[in-house]
Amino acid sequence: MTSSTGQPAISVRDLTVGFGKRIVLDRLSLDVRRGEILGLVGASGGGKSVLLRTIIGLIPKRQGHIEIMGMELDKADPGELRRIGRRWGILFQQGALFSSLTVRQNVQFPMRENLDISQPLLDELAIAKLEMVGLSPDDGDKFPSELSGGMTKRAALARALALDPEIVFLDEPTSGLDPISAGEFDVLIATLQKTFGLTVFMVTHDLDSLHTVCDRVAALADGKVVAVGPMQELLASRHPWVKSYFHGDRARVRAGAAH
Amino acid sequence: MSDPTLTSSAGGTTTTFVAAGNWTAAHSGPLDRLVPAVSGTAKIAGRVAIDVSRIEQLDTLGAWLLERLLRRCGRDGQEPVFVGVPDHFKDLLERVHDLNRRTPPAPAGGNLVTASLERLGRATLGFKDDANSFLAMLGAIGVSLVSTLRRPRTLRMTSVIHHLYRVGWQAVPIMMLITFLIGGIIAQQGIFHFRKFGADAYVVDMVGILVLREIGVLIVSIMVAGRSGSAYTAELGSMKMREEIDALRTMGFDPVEVLILPRVLALVCALPILTFLGSMAALYGGGLVAWFYGGMSPAIFIARLQEAISVTHFEVGLIKAPFMALVIGVVACSEGLRVKGSAESLGLQTTTSVVKSIFLVIVLDGVFAIFFASIGM
Repeated sequence: MTSSTGQPAISVRDLTVGFGKRIVLDRLSLDVRRGEILGLVGASGGGKSVLLRTIIGLIPKRQGHIEIMGMELDKADPGELRRIGRRWGILFQQGALFSSLTVRQNVQFPMRENLDISQPLLDELAIAKLEMVGLSPDDGDKFPSELSGGMTKRAALARALALDPEIVFLDEPTSGLDPISAGEFDVLIATLQKTFGLTVFMVTHDLDSLHTVCDRVAALADGKVVAVGPMQELLASRHPWVKSYFHGDRARVRAGAAH
Repeated sequence: MSDPTLTSSAGGTTTTFVAAGNWTAAHSGPLDRLVPAVSGTAKIAGRVAIDVSRIEQLDTLGAWLLERLLRRCGRDGQEPVFVGVPDHFKDLLERVHDLNRRTPPAPAGGNLVTASLERLGRATLGFKDDANSFLAMLGAIGVSLVSTLRRPRTLRMTSVIHHLYRVGWQAVPIMMLITFLIGGIIAQQGIFHFRKFGADAYVVDMVGILVLREIGVLIVSIMVAGRSGSAYTAELGSMKMREEIDALRTMGFDPVEVLILPRVLALVCALPILTFLGSMAALYGGGLVAWFYGGMSPAIFIARLQEAISVTHFEVGLIKAPFMALVIGVVACSEGLRVKGSAESLGLQTTTSVVKSIFLVIVLDGVFAIFFASIGM
């Protein structure tokens, strides 16, 4: 990496976001270190997706600072925004595949726009990406409307990874996947992270993902990050919401199955 | 960041490719040309090894290019290998090794003539589908209307009023403006050309008859098809895309009764009103032009208008309006329900809806002209 490794990949300071009179995020601060996988947990409707969308600049913030790879998005000019678009990949909750393009064209779209490579290589790479996320080459010719929910997630991930980004934002990546696929997905993320120091910001409710791939977990409650650290620290946290999240019935079942 | 390089050296029983530098997407262009160039010129003899120890950065693009090079160098019995693989690249290279093993068959390219013949054939058969879906929607609306008439309380009055407000009330200003201008233009053209043979007084007959019988209802219908028909198609189409219509159906509601009947009823009510207002605006525009451009005072214009037209002309125009509305509503709703998953299909169906309803409105107008002529109206 060209920049110093000590600097966080994403740095959020005193971020406040609200809609009308409702404050969703209240002076929230969070750092994502380079090369780590950070899992973000929080109640449904608690502002996890809002935080993700604010970081990537889709929702305006009321106050605070957000730096991504040392760059403040609101001060960036269009050229810088385009360059930063090459350096991150985003997996939206519903996939957000372009519905008028086939899956293969969807994956090729960022490559075609940003890379200077020949069509045969473009095709091979697109198929390689699809296979990496567990789709078959034949799925490449399907349109997004012909895909199942899980396949849509995978295709969207393939598109998010098309340019081998430095940061990927994943909004509930394993929801809607069967446990085997979700496991494969976790392995894939871990492989990519190990290979080129990918930074992953993942909103998830998947306790298995949190346990197996996340280096650190941040818990969001009442518009603030109430706990952040490795899984062990969160399990030991005394915050009532974090406690009930990780020590509720479902979490216990999972823990029982693991041991 | 150093540029990627690839060199080959043949030494006795081994050919070694040495890759170095940054094999990443940032260098995609040079890499794409470099690899075939080097592997094409290299003499491959004996065992092939690819030394990757000097690569600084690697991503999936670089890894795939290396893997492709590896596969191309494969000989019978001689499996080429990567040497000097650093630990942090190992997983990626192993992962890439399994990819792209099975290439999908290339799509069969047909020849141009047969392809265009096929398109023509499909388009011709498409007419049948179009007619089917039109009639099916008309039938569904009829059935729904009958069942609503039996139990009038099931009619969604709120929805009807809401749509009446949207397609009727909100459309009034633009409809009146357009018809006002059209009336003025007809009067101006009439005066300009009739004056050559001293018949400019007859412009009142022309404006009166044309506006009341044809132009009023036709212009308003075309405007409504573009304004409200397209909105209906887009609304229903996006509801279809988001599975809202399926949700409604599974809850035991009939989408025709809940969504389509109120829309079509609102249109059928609104169009005669808009036609009436539009015709009045057109006559007003014609009168103003006759006054200022033709020098015919309003009193004379009104007096001549009374002689020239009868209630019959007015009736002919208004009778057509609800039928036009029905055609627009049925086309708009049936096209809306034919939207498939993609945004492109939504756009296509909306275009089709507008084009088709305008076409049908004009055809219907022609049919009515023959009908009224033969019954002497």
